[in-house]
Amino acid sequence: MARAQNNSGRDPDTIFALSSGALPSAIAIVRISGPRARDALDHLAGAVPEVGCAALRTLRHDGEILDQAMLLWFAGPRTVTGEDVAEIHLHGSRAVVDACFAALQSLGLRMADPGEFTRRALFNGKMDLSAVEGLADLLAAETESQRRDAIRRQRGFIPQRLHEWRSRLTHVAAAIEAAIDYDGEEEVGGDPVYVIGGIRTLLREIERVLALAPAERLREGIRVAIIGPPNAGKSTLFNQLIGRDAAIVSDIAGTTRDVIECPIAIDGIPFLLVDTAGLRTTADPIEKIGVGKARDEAELADILVDLAADRDSERCVAVSAKADVTDARPGTLAVSVHKDTGIVQLQERLVEMAAAMIPLQGEVAFDRRYRQALAAVRNDLSVAVGTTDPLLVAEHIRLAIRELDRVLGGDGVEDMLDALFGRFCLGK
Amino acid sequence: MKFDVVVVGGGHAGCEAAAVAARLGASVALIAINAAAVGSMSCNPAIGGVGKGHLVREIDVFDGLIAAAADDAAIHYRMLNASKGAAVRGPRVQADRNLFRQSIQRRMKDFPTLKIVEGEVIELDFNGGKLSGVHLASGDVIAAKAVILATGTFLGGRLFRGKERFDGGRIGESGAHRLSQQLRSLSLPIRRLKTGTPPRLDGRTIDWSRAARQASDTEPWHMSADAPARRNTQLFCGITRTLPTTHEIIRAGFGDSPLFSGDIEGRGPRYCPSIEDKIRRFADRDSHQIFLEPETLNGCLIYPNGISTSLSADTQQAFIHSIPALEKAEIVVPGYAVEYDHIDPRILSRELGVRDVEGLFMAGQINGTTGYEEAAAQGLVAGLSAACRALDRPAPIFDRTSSYIGVLVDDLTLQGVTEPYRMLTSRAEHRLHLRADNAEARLRVTAVASGAISDAKAVAMERRALQRKRAAALAGNEDAGSEDIPRAIREEIETDRHYAPYVQRQRSEVARLRSDRTRLPVGFDFMSVGGLSSEMIERLSLARPDSVEQASRINGITPAALTALLVAARAVA
Ligand SMILES: Cc1cc2nc3c(=O)[nH]c(=O)nc-3n(C[C@H](O)[C@H](O)[C@H](O)COP(=O)(O)OP(=O)(O)OC[C@H]3O[C@@H](n4cnc5c(N)ncnc54)[C@H](O)[C@@H]3O)c2cc1C
Repeated sequence: MARAQNNSGRDPDTIFALSSGALPSAIAIVRISGPRARDALDHLAGAVPEVGCAALRTLRHDGEILDQAMLLWFAGPRTVTGEDVAEIHLHGSRAVVDACFAALQSLGLRMADPGEFTRRALFNGKMDLSAVEGLADLLAAETESQRRDAIRRQRGFIPQRLHEWRSRLTHVAAAIEAAIDYDGEEEVGGDPVYVIGGIRTLLREIERVLALAPAERLREGIRVAIIGPPNAGKSTLFNQLIGRDAAIVSDIAGTTRDVIECPIAIDGIPFLLVDTAGLRTTADPIEKIGVGKARDEAELADILVDLAADRDSERCVAVSAKADVTDARPGTLAVSVHKDTGIVQLQERLVEMAAAMIPLQGEVAFDRRYRQALAAVRNDLSVAVGTTDPLLVAEHIRLAIRELDRVLGGDGVEDMLDALFGRFCLGK
Repeated sequence: MKFDVVVVGGGHAGCEAAAVAARLGASVALIAINAAAVGSMSCNPAIGGVGKGHLVREIDVFDGLIAAAADDAAIHYRMLNASKGAAVRGPRVQADRNLFRQSIQRRMKDFPTLKIVEGEVIELDFNGGKLSGVHLASGDVIAAKAVILATGTFLGGRLFRGKERFDGGRIGESGAHRLSQQLRSLSLPIRRLKTGTPPRLDGRTIDWSRAARQASDTEPWHMSADAPARRNTQLFCGITRTLPTTHEIIRAGFGDSPLFSGDIEGRGPRYCPSIEDKIRRFADRDSHQIFLEPETLNGCLIYPNGISTSLSADTQQAFIHSIPALEKAEIVVPGYAVEYDHIDPRILSRELGVRDVEGLFMAGQINGTTGYEEAAAQGLVAGLSAACRALDRPAPIFDRTSSYIGVLVDDLTLQGVTEPYRMLTSRAEHRLHLRADNAEARLRVTAVASGAISDAKAVAMERRALQRKRAAALAGNEDAGSEDIPRAIREEIETDRHYAPYVQRQRSEVARLRSDRTRLPVGFDFMSVGGLSSEMIERLSLARPDSVEQASRINGITPAALTALLVAARAVA
C-alpha cells in the first residue's frame, strides 16, 4: 500500500494531472497518484477495477454523469510513482476534462505541480536521477534521433553502462586490494598483466564514449558554425541552409556582428546552425565583439563550414561559396546559392560527419554530468596505467570507482569486498 | 565496593579499556570469569598484520598495552607488504602466548587504582531506571558510574565440533548465559555470529625437515615506539600444504559438519574461512597453504594457520596426518567453532556508549568484530569514554580521516556488521595518510590532550616530534647533518614527501566536505522526512547519522533519499 511507502508521518496529498497531450484530442488521460487515488475512483465509478486491468465505467459526480471512461488501477508500491496510482481515460474534450478535474478537486485531491509525479517517483526510489533526466528529455524530444536517445536513457541504458564499467573496475580493484590486504598468501600474486590489461580495455571504451557528442548536442543539435573572412557569403549560405532569411545579408563587409543560431533537421539529425561575424581584425567596437564571439564559436562548434580553408579536415568542411561569381578553390566543395549547386552535397557532408558523432544503434550519448564523471575516471585510469607503485594504482582505481559512485549511488568498499571474497580463497 | 568504571571481561578489549581508564586516574574494577586467563589470546598467537598492525601502532600512541606486550612476547617478527608502498606495510609478530598474558597481567598490576575481580557478571544493576553497577553470580554487587561490556565470544557462547556441542566462551571456559538473557530482555538488538579455530599440534611430533622455513625479519623494528631491544630467541615458522587426499578426507567428513548441517546459524568471517568452507567454495583448488606458527618459545605448541575447522575430532586427526610434515603430528586440542551473541553496533554512539542506556559502553567482539587488535582498539575508545564520563571531562573523538581507530568506530556504528568485522586497509579511504609508521605523528596531539599517557611517554613523543621537525626541514638535502636522527624517522619523513600530493588532495576534499556538512540534530526524527521509503527510514534510524555527509556513507542509502534528507535538514536548521 502507498502508506507503507511514504512514512512522512502525515499522508502526502493525492495529486492528479492531465498526462496526455493538448486538448482537444481523441482521448485524454488523467493520472492520479497518492493514498486517496482508490477512494476517488470508487467515488466516481462506484467500483475499482482489478489491479492492472482496464474496465469501462460510467463516471458520476453529484448525481450527474461525467463521461464513459476507461479506468486503470495500480496498487503501490509497485507503480511508477511508488504510490497508489489510477488512470482515467476520458473523451478528450475540454469540457469533460474540466468537469472531471472539478470533481477530483471537490474530493480533496489537488492538481499536481509541474514534475511532481516524477519527483515522487524519485523520492520513492522508483527512478534514479538519470532515468528522471531521460523522461524530461523524452517530453521535449522533437526529432527522431532525440526520441530514440531519450527512450534508451529512460530505460536506464546509461546507468546500465556505468554499472557495467563500475563492476569491471571493482573486479580489478579486488585483485589489487587482495594482494595488499592478504600479503604473503599464494592466492594473490596480484597479476599485474591482468590488472593493467583490464584497465586499458576500459580506458578505450570510455574514450570512445567521450569522443561522441554530448547528449546536450542531441537536444540542441550538432553545432555547425559557418566561418570565414568578411563578405565570403556566410550569411547567404546560412539562409539557404535554413530556408528562410534569418540572417541579415548585405554587401557591406562586417554586416553580421553577432552570432545567429537556428535549429534545423537534416535527415532526422538535429543541427544547430550558427552564423558568425567574419574573422578579421576590426576597429568597430561592436563588430569586435562579434569577431570575438565568432572565435569562441569556432572553438565550441562540432563542425565548421570554413569558407576560407583549402581542404577538409576532421571536423571541418572547406567550402567555396559564391562559386557562381568566383572560381572555386581546388579541393573544396563549390557551392552557389544562386545557381542552386552544391547545397545538397554540403548537406550530405554534414549528415555524414554528424553521424560519426551521434551514438550508433545501441550506444547512448552521455550528458554533461556523466561526461564529467567519465572524464575524471579516464584521467584516474590513465594515471593508474602509467605508474608501477601498486598502492598508487589502487588509489587511482578507488578514485575512479568513487567518481562513478557519485553519479550512481553505491558503496565501493562493500562491493569490492564482495568481489574479492567471491573470487579469491583468502584467509589463513 | 564502588568504582568509577567497571569493565566486564579480561580479553584484549577489557584489558585495554581498564588500563586506559586507570591511566586517566579513574578507579576501575576489571571482572573476568577466570582471573588467571586475563590477557589470553583465544586463537592465533599473532599480533598485528596489514590494517591490524596499524591499529596496534595507534593504540601505542595512547600508551596502550597491546604493542608493548606484543614486543615482550615476540618470538618472530614479520613486516607484511615490505615490498609494497609504505602506507600498507603491516608489522606483525608471533607472540609466545604465556609471555603475552604475563606481560599484560604485570602491566595491569602497576596501576594503583585498578583491581581485578574474579567472578561472573550475571546482571546489570539498575537503580530507579539508571545503570548503577553489576551483579555477580556470587551475589556481590559492584557499584559503578559506568560499565563497559567486553565479553568477547562468551555471551551465549556455544562450541561445536562435529556432532559434539559444548557450552563455553572458548575451550575450557564456560560461557555467560544469564547476562545474555538480561540484555535480550532490555530489547537490545542481539544477533549471532560464528568463528573457529584450528587444532593445536605438538611441535615435537612435526617433521620440520619436510616443511619450508620462514625466518623472522632481521630488520630491528618493534610494535611499540618505546620498546627496548628484542630479547627473546627468534623462532622460524614452517610452511606446508594440503594434498588432494587431504581434501578427500575433509569432503568425506562434511556429513558431521555443524557448519553445513545448519546447526550453526551465525555467520562466520569470509576472510578467515574454515578449511571445509574453502574446499567447498573453491572446489577447483587442489591445495591450500598452511603456516606452522609456534605458540610458545619452547616450540611445543604449534598453531597450523589456514585449517580452522569444526569437523569431528576423528576427521581432524585423519586429515592432519595426510599433510606433509604432519604425518605423525599429535593434536593437543582439536579445532572447534564458537557461536556467540553480539549486539548490532549501530545502537552505539561514536564513544561506543549505548545511546539508550546512559553509562553503558561496549567494546570488542561483542560489537561484531573479530581479532585482538580490533578488540583492543575498541577497548581504548570505550575505556577513554567511560572514564572521561565518570571524571566529567571531554572524551577524544576518533575520526576516520586521521586514524584506523576512527575507521573502525565509524564503520561499526554507522554500517553495522553482517559478518565478523576485520580491519582491512581497503576500508580506509585515507589509506595513503594512515600509515603504521606515522601513527604517532597523526595522533600524538590528541593522545597528549586526552590525558591517557604517562609523563615518560609524553617526553619520548615530544623528543621524536622535534626529530621529525628537523628531518622535515632537512629533507631532500643529501649532505645535511641528519645522521643523529633515527633512521625510522628519516624514512617516515621521506614517505610523507612521497605521498604528499595525494594526501594534500584528500585533505582539501575533507575540508570541503566538512564545510558543507549539514548537521542533523540529536534525536532527529527520520520518520518526519517527507518522501523517504520505509527501508530508508529504517536504515537511517538504526545508524543515526549526525550529518547528511555521514548519511551519504551509509550502505544502500539512495541519492533520492539523500536529496529528501538534505531538504528536511535544511528546513530544521
Ligand atoms: C574459537 C575462537 C576462534 C577465533 N578465531 C579468530 C580468528 O580466526 N580470527 C580472529 O581475528 N579472531 C579470532 N578469534 C577472536 C579473538 O580471539 C577475539 O576477537 C578477541 O579475543 C576478542 O577480544 P575480546 O576482548 O572482545 O573478548 P575475549 O578475548 O573473548 O575475552 C572475553 C572476556 O570476557 C570475560 N567474560 C565474558 N563474559 C563475562 C561475564 N558475564 N562476567 C565476567 N567476565 C566475562 C571472559 O572471562 C574473558 O576474559 C577467535 C576466538 C575464538 C574463541
